[in-house]
Amino acid sequence: MKTFAESQFPGRLIAVEGLDGSGKSTQIYLLKRWLEAEGIKVYFSEWNSSELVKSATSKGKKRELLTPTTFSLIHATDFADRYERHLVPLLRAGYIVLCDRYIFTAFARDVTRGCPPDWVRGNYSFACIPDLTMFFKADLDVSLNRILEGRPKLKFFEAGMDLRLSNDPYESFKIFQGRILDQYLAMTKEFNFVIIDANQPVEKQQVIVRKLVSDRIELKKFKRRSPLPLPPALHVVREEIEKEEDKAA
Amino acid sequence: MIKPRRFYGHGIPHVNSEDLRGTLIVVEGADGSGRSTQIAELVKWLETSGRATVQVGLKRSTLVSEELERAQEGNVLSRTTLALFYATDFADQLENLILPALKSGFIVLADRYIYTLMARDMVRGMNETWLKNLYGIAPEPDAVFYLSVEPQELVQRNLAKTATLDYWESGMDLGFSRDMFDSFLKYQTAMGDAFRELQKSYHFEIIDANRSIVSVTRELHKKIGALLEQD
Repeated sequence: MKTFAESQFPGRLIAVEGLDGSGKSTQIYLLKRWLEAEGIKVYFSEWNSSELVKSATSKGKKRELLTPTTFSLIHATDFADRYERHLVPLLRAGYIVLCDRYIFTAFARDVTRGCPPDWVRGNYSFACIPDLTMFFKADLDVSLNRILEGRPKLKFFEAGMDLRLSNDPYESFKIFQGRILDQYLAMTKEFNFVIIDANQPVEKQQVIVRKLVSDRIELKKFKRRSPLPLPPALHVVREEIEKEEDKAA
Repeated sequence: MIKPRRFYGHGIPHVNSEDLRGTLIVVEGADGSGRSTQIAELVKWLETSGRATVQVGLKRSTLVSEELERAQEGNVLSRTTLALFYATDFADQLENLILPALKSGFIVLADRYIYTLMARDMVRGMNETWLKNLYGIAPEPDAVFYLSVEPQELVQRNLAKTATLDYWESGMDLGFSRDMFDSFLKYQTAMGDAFRELQKSYHFEIIDANRSIVSVTRELHKKIGALLEQD
């Protein structure tokens, strides 16, 4: 599987992965605020948020209609819709796309639910892999505490109750999350995850995240002010003009 | 079950193919090929002879059929999404209807199956290997009959029936032609080619359905009768 850069997309995709309660959503939100303030063309996309598929997914979850196979396929449909209608056009237009969860969430969850790994991977093989994937690794207890502290009502599938691991939703959630973590850790190397220590304070993590992003991606290329992408020949000319402008400034 | 049941690929987690002892019969063909008429005839015939049947078809799942219908009306479906949406619909019916019925020894009559879905996706440029992996969840039927009708005859039958051509059955999303009539002929020709391509891997029986309803019914009765006698 190739990254977006390797597939000659002008845009770049950054994904965050991790367990519920790992703090990844906070981190990607702060990253987005920074990039916006820097005047960068940025778009944020969340797992399981396609308007087209949403009502089917929530019906399936509410009525507990989903099996491991349909759970996997309905999330793949959701992803495909966002991928084809939003992510790909934006990446073609030179955006930085931030994804709160990407296909690795499906790889970890669906395989934990008993779907064959190569079946799941095959289904998602139409997608490029991110140019940067940050995995927020907190101690299992830390993540669990963040979620369970307020004794929230855990949803059926969220707690992995469909796996019949335990009749107690909290117990089930803990076992389920532990298994998902194992799946994540097993694919760290394969997909080049950058591991972020999510036990640290939020601010400290954000410093690491911002540095990582600016080291990996030449951010000034993605500024809003810059003209629309030009054909290759003119592109070179534009860079020369920009250099002169930089000098003049 | 006539021969040992197997899944095309990985199958469904925790389902043993040997438990699927019923009979799975698939009728494939375009709109206007007489598919639904033939299935209604088969149900009547089988039930009269005392055999229990269950019918499944495309876009009939509890899970996503309404949402899929709505998405198709809005014409906002891109090809991968379309493929996976239909696969979800199929999987839901597979797990909630087809597998339980086969476990109970019913005759399941499928008004189209994975082949139509695969052919549609192939015509839209989806990769055949990708599709074979996706539909590795499907059990192999005991018999598949493809009702083959020439596109020129199909267009006549569709217009005679509803005086209009369906947007998706005309492949209008593919941009073959702005003219619906032209597009329908081109799309149905491409679908026929995709079916012939799939036949190499999936071995279905091609039935010449350019003929009268009665002669097609007679042929199906003969073939299915022979199949059930082996059981």
